[in-house]
Amino acid sequence: MRQGPRRVAEHPDTAARTLPELVSSGVVRARTGDLGVAPVLIGLAILWTVFTALNPVFLSPTNLVNLTMQSAATGVIAIGIVLLLLIGEIDLSVGSVSGLAGAILAVGSVQLGLPLPIVLLAALACGPLIGLVYGLLYTRFGVPGFVLTLAGLLAALGAQLQVLGTAGSITIPFDSAIVQFGQQLFVPAWLMYTIDAAVVALVAWRLVAEARRRAEAGLAARSTAAIALRVGALALLLFACSWYLHQDGGRGVGAMVLLFVILVAGTHLLLTRTRFGRAVYAVGGSVEGARRAGIRVARVQISLFVLCSTFAAIGGILAAARLAGANQSSGGGDMFLNAIAAAVIGGTSLFGGRGSAFSALLGVLVLTSISLGLTLLSLDSSVRYIVTGAVLVLAVIVDSVSRRSRAAAGRA
Amino acid sequence: MPGPALSVARPDEHPDRILSLRGITKRFGAVRALTGVDLDVHVGEVVAIVGDNGAGKSTLVKILAGVHPADGGSIRFFGQLTPIDSPTDSLDLGIATVFQDLALCDSLDVVSNLWLGRELTRAGALDEVEMEKRSWGLLRELHARITDVRVPVASLSGGQRQTVAIARSLIGDPHVVILDEPTAALGVSQTAEVLNLIERLRDRGLGVILVSHNIADVLAVADRVVVLRLGRNNGEFRASETSSDALIAAITGAMDHSRRGGDDPE
Ligand SMILES: Nc1ncnc2c1ncn2[C@@H]1O[C@H](COP(=O)(O)OP(=O)(O)O)[C@@H](O)[C@H]1O
Ligand SMILES: [Mg+2]
Repeated sequence: MRQGPRRVAEHPDTAARTLPELVSSGVVRARTGDLGVAPVLIGLAILWTVFTALNPVFLSPTNLVNLTMQSAATGVIAIGIVLLLLIGEIDLSVGSVSGLAGAILAVGSVQLGLPLPIVLLAALACGPLIGLVYGLLYTRFGVPGFVLTLAGLLAALGAQLQVLGTAGSITIPFDSAIVQFGQQLFVPAWLMYTIDAAVVALVAWRLVAEARRRAEAGLAARSTAAIALRVGALALLLFACSWYLHQDGGRGVGAMVLLFVILVAGTHLLLTRTRFGRAVYAVGGSVEGARRAGIRVARVQISLFVLCSTFAAIGGILAAARLAGANQSSGGGDMFLNAIAAAVIGGTSLFGGRGSAFSALLGVLVLTSISLGLTLLSLDSSVRYIVTGAVLVLAVIVDSVSRRSRAAAGRA
Repeated sequence: MPGPALSVARPDEHPDRILSLRGITKRFGAVRALTGVDLDVHVGEVVAIVGDNGAGKSTLVKILAGVHPADGGSIRFFGQLTPIDSPTDSLDLGIATVFQDLALCDSLDVVSNLWLGRELTRAGALDEVEMEKRSWGLLRELHARITDVRVPVASLSGGQRQTVAIARSLIGDPHVVILDEPTAALGVSQTAEVLNLIERLRDRGLGVILVSHNIADVLAVADRVVVLRLGRNNGEFRASETSSDALIAAITGAMDHSRRGGDDPE
């Protein structure tokens, strides 16, 4: 997905865009290497088709509820990775930072018996603190993010082990509010439909208001048909998801899942609708260009490191809530690899300047689908690693090829 | 600091003098890029800076743009001593620079590039409609040949990119526009287009600094020509009263005007 709202304004005098124009502009974009989220959507469709064909249980509401619940924590972490990838940087320590946040949560609430709000705050705070250190070291000394966060990975892992102490593994009681939130709290159907309706109404109102303002300003505006199509598609998607997840004993949308989606949408708005977001894409496109335009590049970079670690801490809290505890391997293993893979598979470019918050959502759905689909086929993690690796390579190939055809089409 | 012979000490003396540089010095390690360079820019005037490759033209531009701070010398803006330490300082003063390499963000579209760093907002969110509307207004005023402002600037031609860079410089209502080699990479008709643009900037009452080593272009649009040679002033000419031979002599050093450097033209 590209930065900013895209109008293909042929000319300010052409009053409205017709549907065929819309389609043909999409074709042009695809041909010139601007694929957006199309590849990952196609990939997701293929995966779901194959897994359902092999085992129909895959598409059952219960399994899909499970899929969304399992996606939330890694997905939140992947949002942070998307943000850093947008400026061509990376954070390898998100796994251990999430593990540290989980450890603080578990130790604080179980061993020390502190009130939950304070423990949550402490667990959350380790994110921005670590991110700030990264940001300052990165901007002051020009240490590559790769090495910086590799060092941070070790340090945060050490801190996690220290916090856990000799206990090593701590279980948070089932009746704790945070575990209830992570495992038992689902958004009731009526509330979910209300939220869907509100979102659809808001988007519709915004599109109409924007089209009217553009028309008044003499700019090319979306036609009513195009707006209706968009809003209709959005409504269909939201209501269908909410409805389907409640069928056949499905528990619906988990509170954690809703939080994840809200964070994705919020990040999307931040990136596309604010000056900060514009600055992020500018820095990702050309640091020197951004600097000479008066953008305080260092501030943008520091903010993104802070945001990334914060999302990692939130992800760690969600993981601890869902697994009802923390141990020495929380956030370890392939956690950070999955978060990074999710961002890239979701269509965020490794070369900086291109990507969208939604790639965290779509990418993590792909990864979790692979994981659950293979489990349903009774295949173990060895196969999962191989398949995930293959999909990641595919995503990177798509990224590289589309970058090359963008360059060829002069849309670098 | 300016010597006694120089007449810029009193701010009220030249009310139409926007910029006044005296004794600007810049080193890069052992390289003396600029030594004691003087330069004045007035309202509604095109000042050309010419010189051979490596004469220090771009360095002078970058000092004014806040990309490199000067090592020595003084910069006065409407008579006030003003240090320029960062690109933001320069932009805030009303100095807009079109760099030789344009410094556009290729992946952003035309509107985003025009407003980069000074976007309009409405209730905290980017006001894309207003920005696009004003972009069209500006581009039309400049007679720009751009038909789509929502394509990435990477897909534009050299002349169009130059136009975007120049239009961008006008967004903040600057007092001075600096153009570093704006025609170096352009064909004949695109060059003519940019030269027309420069005249339109002057007609708006802006001070324009045009860096170039193309004598024909310079004589076509400049009011005054300042020659740099090996990082020093080497003469100053009224465009209407000089010839390309005289300029070339000053540029190549066949004629040494360096003692005259910084003389007040008036
Ligand atoms: N960033 C820099 N680092 C080192 N030397 C530089 C730098 N920028 C310019 N120079 C040197 O300063 C001198 C003037 O360069 P420049 O201002 O680019 O000349 P011009 O634009 O007139 O061709 C040259 O000798 C050049 O090599
Ligand atoms: Mg130069």
